[in-house]
Amino acid sequence: MKHVTTDHRKKRPGRAPAPADAPTGGESAIAIRAAERRDVAEVSALDAQVTGLPKPEHWMELYRRQRSVGGAPAGIFLVACPAAEPERVLGFIIGEIRAWEFGSDPCGWVYALSVRPEARERGVGEALLQAIAEAFRKAGMDKMRTMVARDAILPMQFFRGEGLMAGPYIQLEKDL
Amino acid sequence: MKLQVASQLAIFSILELVAEPNRQITVADIGAKYGISTNHLAKVMNVLGRAGLVRSVRGAGGGFQFSGNARRTTLLDIIELFEPRGLRGPETGELGRHTAEAAALGVVLREIDDTVRATLGSITIATLRDLATRQPVQAALAS
Repeated sequence: MKHVTTDHRKKRPGRAPAPADAPTGGESAIAIRAAERRDVAEVSALDAQVTGLPKPEHWMELYRRQRSVGGAPAGIFLVACPAAEPERVLGFIIGEIRAWEFGSDPCGWVYALSVRPEARERGVGEALLQAIAEAFRKAGMDKMRTMVARDAILPMQFFRGEGLMAGPYIQLEKDL
Repeated sequence: MKLQVASQLAIFSILELVAEPNRQITVADIGAKYGISTNHLAKVMNVLGRAGLVRSVRGAGGGFQFSGNARRTTLLDIIELFEPRGLRGPETGELGRHTAEAAALGVVLREIDDTVRATLGSITIATLRDLATRQPVQAALAS
């Protein structure tokens, strides 16, 4: 499984709760929608801003996987926008339903989540996570997972604050 | 791993203060709930006060208030105030020092240590408070 951990390393936690499937009220109302092709450039720029590592082909590939033809979408790719400016991307989240890997029952994996630095602390990350959780739930999943670098304190605090706990698997690796 | 009593008391005390931010809570209030002497608690509150995590209000109706940020203060921040050697897991010590076997065992013990620190450093007071109200914890209490 391919995981994008760089996004988890530098993202700051969200703060105020926000509904996932509808715009929030007030001037800073946030809307969550499925990513469209025109969003990919903004997603790529956001990621490059946060990680300092441009990888536009990678984001386009993830977009294509979401839009895979001939069957159900392979992934879930959502973006957060100001409700009044639906073309401006404040943040994004990408996940996928994977089954039977590592002996696991089918579950939803979140492998990229990032929010523009200037849009943080406004509940954008929380709204994105709630939205993808709802998408997983609608697909019949009762478990959501992600992976965070052990020393990435703020993303770790964010996911913990959203109720994620250590799961039954331990990631192992070896230098080659 | 097992936390020292002072560390546990500090965490419980801060949870009590955070639960009622508009009230000054006394060490007697906290001591009654957790069955601990006010003398012991007073020492814990003194350390928390020096760290800027609580402030005391003197006089009638006085007590303590939380003065930190519940969404930023982690369990590790609190525990490290009370564990004099820092939060460390088991160590190999001097036995077999300078041997490859002791070094190998040290690698494993550091892995445990790193995991413990990462876990405690990622749980904020706000997260622990949420966890205490969640269904699995409540169900465990009821059983």
